[in-house]
Amino acid sequence: MVGGRGLGARMLRLYLPLSLFLILMLFPFYWMLITSIKPNRELYNARIMPLVVYQPTLKHYIDLLTQTNFLTWTYNTFLVAIVSTVVSLVLGTMIAYPLARMNFPGAAVVAIGVAATYLVPQPLLFIPMADIINKLDLGNTLQAVMLTYPTLLIPFCAWLLMGYFKSVPRELEEAARIDGASRFKAMTRIVLPLCTPGLLSAGIFAFTLAQNEFLYALIFLAKSDVRTVPVGAITELIRGDVFYWGQLMAAALLGSIPVALIYSFFVEYYVAGLTAGSVKS
Amino acid sequence: MAVRPEPLARPAPVFGRPLSLRGVLEREGVFSWLMLAPGVLFLLAFVAYPFFYGIFLSLQDRPVARAGVFVGLANFVTLAHDAVFWQVTRNMFFYASVTTVLKLGGGLAMALVMNQHFRGKNLARASLLLPFIVPTALSTIAWMWILDPTFSVINWLLVHGGVITSGFSWLGNATLAMVSIIIVNTWRGMPFYGITLLAGLQTISPDLYEAAAIDGATTRQRFRYVTLPIIKPVLIIVTMFSVIFTFSDFQLIYALTHGGPANATQVYATYAFDLGMTGGQLGMGAAVALSMLPALALLIVVLTLYLRRE
Repeated sequence: MVGGRGLGARMLRLYLPLSLFLILMLFPFYWMLITSIKPNRELYNARIMPLVVYQPTLKHYIDLLTQTNFLTWTYNTFLVAIVSTVVSLVLGTMIAYPLARMNFPGAAVVAIGVAATYLVPQPLLFIPMADIINKLDLGNTLQAVMLTYPTLLIPFCAWLLMGYFKSVPRELEEAARIDGASRFKAMTRIVLPLCTPGLLSAGIFAFTLAQNEFLYALIFLAKSDVRTVPVGAITELIRGDVFYWGQLMAAALLGSIPVALIYSFFVEYYVAGLTAGSVKS
Repeated sequence: MAVRPEPLARPAPVFGRPLSLRGVLEREGVFSWLMLAPGVLFLLAFVAYPFFYGIFLSLQDRPVARAGVFVGLANFVTLAHDAVFWQVTRNMFFYASVTTVLKLGGGLAMALVMNQHFRGKNLARASLLLPFIVPTALSTIAWMWILDPTFSVINWLLVHGGVITSGFSWLGNATLAMVSIIIVNTWRGMPFYGITLLAGLQTISPDLYEAAAIDGATTRQRFRYVTLPIIKPVLIIVTMFSVIFTFSDFQLIYALTHGGPANATQVYATYAFDLGMTGGQLGMGAAVALSMLPALALLIVVLTLYLRRE
């Protein structure tokens, strides 16, 4: 690697900009944390130095867990994210596999169609979707979001998995078929196990996307006990002009931790998913 | 990729007669379409159908609880005479272009900084990507408090640093509200550029830089003639993706400003939401949402073709 000479140059081109980036990117999370443990008398006092906590308290967390539906929202968020991730992985695999490994009439049309559905933005669909969900009588049910989240996730999963499926040599599959395996068996026993990293990438990515979804959850889930964490926090912890900042921050932090934790275990897979579309390695 | 010779014959059915059920299922076309059918039908029902149904709705006067009346292009004509709609359009293009430039520049800088050897690099990369991972609505809550009119920590720093004498009303002033959503969007999206471009930079062989250095190229020349041409495709794809997703930005703006004050930060998605969901005029809402289609369609077609070519 081409680098500068001496500590001064390294300071200037690495440590200084790097710390600047880290501070900018992480400050809001620090802010979430310290706001959530500040007592109200520190929170709403404009004269004291706000960057540190003098007398930390867990009161906001206790209030959040006992006085709001936060635990229900967390349960809903996870349930919906897990169901829609699994559905999307299965259907995504079933779309990607033939597109990546088979020759059949109509393949090009399907491939373009899947790419296009990935890029059709949600704001274009949410109004007709709201009407459709109403007509299906699914308003205020978790099924409404379980049904709609995969529309955002399947095209992504399919597209990511196609790259992985293409990378498995055809000879392996042919050998299995000569030994008597059906196409389906060759897929589930030979190709899919070899593509575990791809399935993990797609799964992690889909899961974080599902946790992040806001618009459909906001529209379809108007009752407190079916809400997800982001929608619950935004709609119920902000009551008119009254803000419960301590509780809001506690909710934001607690809602972020599971995603961040899961992501931290699978960073490499996540990054692989993130860059799969744009970087050819 | 090596060119693989075509097999001389289709693999013969292993057992049974040629027309057994299994024989049929083993045909490439049959197997493929059986696999595709559930996913494709699902996408047709819940992406393609809503898309066309949206176009149909935009041609109707359709209050939420009643049957629609076909009105042709009347909704679009109303929008064309709606000052708010044009403000929304200006906001959208301003917001999308400024954030794109900031994210691209900042992300490229981030990638170049990260593309050096240092201890704790993986941890740094994981941390830098956090804004992109954490649910946007939740991180926006932190920003709401950072930008609070009375208790803003930015104001506190600026006032105590002697830069200003009294704090800004970040979300209450039209210009500053736009600045605020740009800051938050840039904060959230920059790591996406940074980490993706970093992956692009890592595909560049160090030999190329050595060769350039031997030829006497300066740092700037190495960037201009080695780095840039190689990461250009990545740069283009990442930017187009990001523009498409910025155009469909909803939750950040909804949570931070609700499109206000006085529509100063209203974009297509939030305006469509206000008219269609809050106001209950599904037809008008659908028309607003569709208005973003021409610009987006152009981007989507270009990107789809580009991806297909890859």
